[in-house]
Amino acid sequence: MVPLTHYLALGAILFLIGAAGVLMRRNAIMILLSIELMLNSVNITFVGFARQWADLTGQVFAIFVIAVAACEAAVGLAILISLNRDRQMMNVDEINLLKW
Amino acid sequence: MELAFFYLFAAGIVGASLLMVTRANVIHAALLLVLAFLFMAGLFVLAGAEFLAGVQILIYAGGIMVLYLFSIMLMNVGVAVRLRQWHRQSVLALAAAVLLGAEVWAVLGRGGYPGAKAWGWGLGQTPGNVEALGEVLYTKFLFPFEVASILLLAAMIGAIVLAKREITR
Amino acid sequence: MIRYAWLIPLFPLAGVLINGLLGSRVRDKAGHVASLMAGLSLLVVLGIAREMILGPGGSHVVPVWTWITAGSLSVSVSFLVDPLSTIMLLVVAGVGFVIHVYSIGYMHGDPGYPRFFTYLNLFMLSMLLLVMADNYLLMFVGWEGVGLCSYLLIGFWYEKQSASDAGKKAFIVNRIGDAGFLLGLFLIWTLTGSLSYAEVFKAAPQLAAPAATAIGLLLFIGAMGKSAQIPLYVWLPDAMEGPTPVSALIHAATMVTAGVYMVARTSPVYVQGPGALEVIALVGALTAIFSASIGLVQNDIKRVMAYSTVSQLGFMFMAMGVGAFASGIFHLMTHAFFKGLLFLGAGSVIHALHHAPAAQQQDMRYMGGLRSKMPVTYWCLVAAALALAGVPPFAGFWSKDEILAGAFFSGHYVVWGLGTAAALMTAFYVFRMIFMTFHGEMRVDHHAREHIRESPAVMTVPLVILAVLSVVGGVLPGFPPDAGWIHKFLAPSLAKAPGHAALDEGVRVVKAAAQAGAQGGGHGTAGIALIVLAIAVALGGIALAWRMYLRDTAAPARLERRFPGLYRLLLNKYYVDEIYQACIVEPIYRLMRALFDFDQKVVDGAVNGSSFLTVWFSRISGIFDLRTVDGAVNGTAGVIGFFSQLFKFIQSGMVQNYLFVMLLGVFLMVSAYLFR
Repeated sequence: MVPLTHYLALGAILFLIGAAGVLMRRNAIMILLSIELMLNSVNITFVGFARQWADLTGQVFAIFVIAVAACEAAVGLAILISLNRDRQMMNVDEINLLKW
Repeated sequence: MELAFFYLFAAGIVGASLLMVTRANVIHAALLLVLAFLFMAGLFVLAGAEFLAGVQILIYAGGIMVLYLFSIMLMNVGVAVRLRQWHRQSVLALAAAVLLGAEVWAVLGRGGYPGAKAWGWGLGQTPGNVEALGEVLYTKFLFPFEVASILLLAAMIGAIVLAKREITR
Repeated sequence: MIRYAWLIPLFPLAGVLINGLLGSRVRDKAGHVASLMAGLSLLVVLGIAREMILGPGGSHVVPVWTWITAGSLSVSVSFLVDPLSTIMLLVVAGVGFVIHVYSIGYMHGDPGYPRFFTYLNLFMLSMLLLVMADNYLLMFVGWEGVGLCSYLLIGFWYEKQSASDAGKKAFIVNRIGDAGFLLGLFLIWTLTGSLSYAEVFKAAPQLAAPAATAIGLLLFIGAMGKSAQIPLYVWLPDAMEGPTPVSALIHAATMVTAGVYMVARTSPVYVQGPGALEVIALVGALTAIFSASIGLVQNDIKRVMAYSTVSQLGFMFMAMGVGAFASGIFHLMTHAFFKGLLFLGAGSVIHALHHAPAAQQQDMRYMGGLRSKMPVTYWCLVAAALALAGVPPFAGFWSKDEILAGAFFSGHYVVWGLGTAAALMTAFYVFRMIFMTFHGEMRVDHHAREHIRESPAVMTVPLVILAVLSVVGGVLPGFPPDAGWIHKFLAPSLAKAPGHAALDEGVRVVKAAAQAGAQGGGHGTAGIALIVLAIAVALGGIALAWRMYLRDTAAPARLERRFPGLYRLLLNKYYVDEIYQACIVEPIYRLMRALFDFDQKVVDGAVNGSSFLTVWFSRISGIFDLRTVDGAVNGTAGVIGFFSQLFKFIQSGMVQNYLFVMLLGVFLMVSAYLFR
């Protein structure tokens, strides 16, 4: 049986890889892909806990995470497409409409 | 044996993800992410989550990632490859991520998790994973489940509104 | 049937969705859809009422789902069906349905027709939630919902400045009351640890008298706002800017009685704090006489009704205050019938006069002699007026005089005296309205005269239904006084007031008097005297109105000349609106202007100063950045460059910078966990 800490460590590593991707890449699609990675790292943690405590709640929540990820992908990609149409670019660090 | 498979899958996931975040070409990155998801599905089977493994392959690798690839094809990626790939805060971000990783490592090192319980929904057992999960999902979690469906509907409408072209009358 | 109680609010909700979302499609059918939904609700209510009345009764909770669970606070959305809520449901669904049907005719051709019925159904939904809730928070949801609908419907013709102002006034005045109500809820939760009726009432006997009094007073502040009691009654007369069916449904029959219902519902808490009940009785009595006296001289037909409603609500609170809870609810019910009818009848008159100049449509000085033109409306209104005046055997007699007897026998002689005087004025002003509108010579504008005709059946049939209820709605459930069917039915839902021993004694006396009267004996003279006095007061008021407005039509002008100050005082409603304007609204405006100046000079100055500093600082750090990037050969310089950029990026508008700060936050939180 795989110890719980292994799942947690794997989840943490993936989460940090994803977070680093979100913070370091300029391309918006890469950022969305990295976010998917972060969401999946959470799923690994959920599944690990579900396994450890023999409780299906973790797996149920993983399903909800997938649903949320699907929403995020749909809306995020829609934003990117309209952005790409309006400005012919998708580098996040060139968009600073939130600036004061 | 189980541990060996775990390490195999874990190495696959981490390797694919590391390659993914460093690619300049988003199509390569998306395909690498699919690979990572496939390894992850294997990991889920290992952890007794057969249904999730199926969902991971069908919905994630099959559905969401195809959505990504379609969207990428709608956009102009060729230009993006030749641009600078890394954000100016990269070094700081990497440092912060590594520091956070070290901290998580320290937290995990403390251990202190309650002991494992016997898994009751393995392959070939009754009720199986899918059956048990379905029962929980449609009884105890019925309300969140319905809320999730409304969320999906809202996201769908939102995506259509955001992405459609302005109709000029 | 009772377990299907959740269907009752569901039908109006369906109506709201259909008319609200498809309003432009359903158009002329909106009224039928809304009426159908109200009718279906009424069917379910009737089924439940049949079971409650014929069956063993009792109190049933129909759970729907758990709404909030936070710590020890648990609030569920569940419906309470007990005798009190059954009576309220009958009133709300019954009168509501009748008024929906009436509105089909009244609102016909209005450009906002679907919107009107959407609001009307939304109101039904909120009101049903309010009376069916099994806890205070859900009641509060309904309470706010009806407030919102009231605002929307008063300002229904929002292009009219006075209408939208009246809507805002109603909303703001209600807000003041609701703040008190909310504080009351907080206090209930703090003291009893729950908001559900069952738990609160179980804990109520342990409450100390000051605590119960405080809860009672705070809740009563809410009731003051919603049910238009002194000093928060000012919005209700202005609310007559709304369409007449709205005035009938919301501002006469149902919403304004929500406060009465709430006090009756909370009676187990109120009896623990008698101080609050004394306040309620006094406020009710003062409101009753105060607004009845204003009603004596008003010329706008709907304003007369509005002040009459305020006054009758005062009677209901009087009943609550003296501990005669059942009588108060009984009066609420009969009042819903005859006041709804008065408003609908007035609406029918206004509808007939819609060719007259706008300023004359509602002014009784420009009416008169309509009896032969509109016989159905006339006879229905006469029935309602007799009921309101308290002439036996019409509905109002049974409930109103029960309240006065309750006040008398529980020892509240001042309250009783004020109430009796208000009853005299009531009989006078309602028949003044009848005589000015329907009798005497016709003073209608010549051009509008040929257009006057009886309203269509869709409007007169509701009038007739309510007229029948105004005639028999009192005697059937309320005879014999204080021991009728309705009192026995309501008894399990209501607490007994502390002074109830005296009240019971009074009831015994009245009953003995009734028996003695039947047998020709000489016992219980007090009871008989009260009844005789009540009838005399009602007939006296009517006779006075007849003398002043039919026989000797110069009399009002003569009185006006003899007491010019009093007349102006009444006509201007005691100048209450002006006093509020001067004492409350103006100071608030001044305060707001002062705050605005403060904002302009001090806050904006600080903001501008800090933005100047920020610009200056970022300029410096920009120069610094430039120099270090130029000389960026070694690693130290690079790190310093990143930090200087960090300062610049604090408001960079770039989402990744914000995310980075978020990650830093996570880092700090984990650090705190690690090194704590």
